[in-house]
Amino acid sequence: MIDTLRLTAEEAGAMLERGEVSSAELHAAYRAAIDERDPELHAYLRTVDEVAGDGVPIAFKDLISTRGVETTAASKILAGYKPVFDATVATRCKEAGLPLLGKTNMDEFAMGSSTENSGFGPTNNPWDPDRVPGGSSGGSTAAVAAGMAPWALGSDTGGSIKQPAALCGVVGLRPTYGTVSRYGIVAFASSLDQIGPVTKTVRDCALLYRTIAGRDPCDSTTVELPQPVELPEAEDLNGLRIGVPKELNEAEGIETGVTERVNAALERARELGAEVERCSLPRSVDFGLPCYYLIAPSEASSNLARYDGVRYGFRAEGNGDIRSMYARTRDEGFGDEPKRRIMLGTYALSAGYYEAFYGQAQKVRTLIQREHEELFERFDVLASPTSPTVAFPLGSRTENPLAMYLADVLTIPSNMAGMPGLSIPCGLSEGLPVGLQLIGPQFSENTLFRAGHALERALDFDFVPERFR
Amino acid sequence: MAITRDEVLHVARLARLELSDEEVERFQEQLNAILEAVGKVAELDLSDVEPTAHPLDLANVWADDEARPCLPVEEALANAPDRDGALFRVPAG
Repeated sequence: MIDTLRLTAEEAGAMLERGEVSSAELHAAYRAAIDERDPELHAYLRTVDEVAGDGVPIAFKDLISTRGVETTAASKILAGYKPVFDATVATRCKEAGLPLLGKTNMDEFAMGSSTENSGFGPTNNPWDPDRVPGGSSGGSTAAVAAGMAPWALGSDTGGSIKQPAALCGVVGLRPTYGTVSRYGIVAFASSLDQIGPVTKTVRDCALLYRTIAGRDPCDSTTVELPQPVELPEAEDLNGLRIGVPKELNEAEGIETGVTERVNAALERARELGAEVERCSLPRSVDFGLPCYYLIAPSEASSNLARYDGVRYGFRAEGNGDIRSMYARTRDEGFGDEPKRRIMLGTYALSAGYYEAFYGQAQKVRTLIQREHEELFERFDVLASPTSPTVAFPLGSRTENPLAMYLADVLTIPSNMAGMPGLSIPCGLSEGLPVGLQLIGPQFSENTLFRAGHALERALDFDFVPERFR
Repeated sequence: MAITRDEVLHVARLARLELSDEEVERFQEQLNAILEAVGKVAELDLSDVEPTAHPLDLANVWADDEARPCLPVEEALANAPDRDGALFRVPAG
């Protein structure tokens, strides 16, 4: 009997190596868990029957192109779309022998922080099904938390891996921009989008990052990793300098229970030998969110221009002319949030407003990057809560887009700077998981893994949701 | 700098979105609220700051100019909502 709730991908790999289980048996065990729990949680948009590979199975967020397997980015405008090629990350997972379990739910086009913006219904949080799993990679994080996948891939533009990982009590890495190929990924905001792992442990996270990272000739924004990915072993934090930016730790709206858990984790870090010191990011937090909500929608309005009902996806009947066909296809095919962001981005890029909005936001981005770089002259890692709150009730923010946008206030600043971030669970508040965000300079994933692993061991968080124990 | 209804309609035309009257009204209200919140970036004096379009400091990335296999016509047309032989078909006019 395979306990998919407890089994880590590393342990599953070891069982395969020892011949104790076959890949097909593993796949079947996770499929049985999906049959049991997904009717309640709706983490998957579709599952795959074929077991292609002899390794540990994996789930993909539904914006990763999979040849012959429907890929919708949770949008009705892509319903029925079957890619004729694989994304590079899908190819790399195939080459590593990881069979696909299925495609996970998400906010439509990765626009959202709760997975409620899916065109195909929300996902529920495995810790409390009346609450959101976070988003936009909420299907991937719920699947891993509920033992319905040993590991999964998500994507992170403003916090879409880190934030749902925090809300579901799993590990999520937003890698350094440019280390993982975006070829074959349904694009949202191209200067920010990154694919990354969602796992139960930091070591699993490093293993999966090692599988997908590296330069891809099909994505000219990718680079070779400066150092190979190291699996973390050390259980101490001797010599590690951790900065605690005031603005990320005292921002308005951070729940007391979240602050307490994060402070307790930082205390453990001190006991493990780290130097923990307060510091400041005076403008990055204040201006990060506004900067993001100009740049990301602007890029989205351009990227989503391709959905025109001509080459693939949904087409609505117009009045017999091509313009009305375009406009009606897009109105009927896109959900509310993509339309809102297309409108915002088109406005910010339109004549007369470009300099004041998009141009200015790109300059703010330079300031944010500089502020982070200055701190990394003194610190190896910055720490904060990943999300200001624990998982919030379904429906509680859907009427107010700005309230929803605030869910990413702590993850956005370092994303704007292209810095990697790791979220690890650091305890419970009101019975719900709290995430600790560790941010490093570009290409510092090995340091993040080391810090995350040592803290994970010391904090000894039980990643199995209490209701499933 | 509140957005007027005409501006919402203009932007919707630019974005090829045929919005319902209800959507026009709602988006006008929501876009105004969002722009008020994000408009603070305009307050900063950044005349001496270079813009960042991309987080990594990459120069041009070159590739050899060599022919490689591309998508066969049948695959390129596999997801077309409508086709005519080897062409995508769209409404005339």
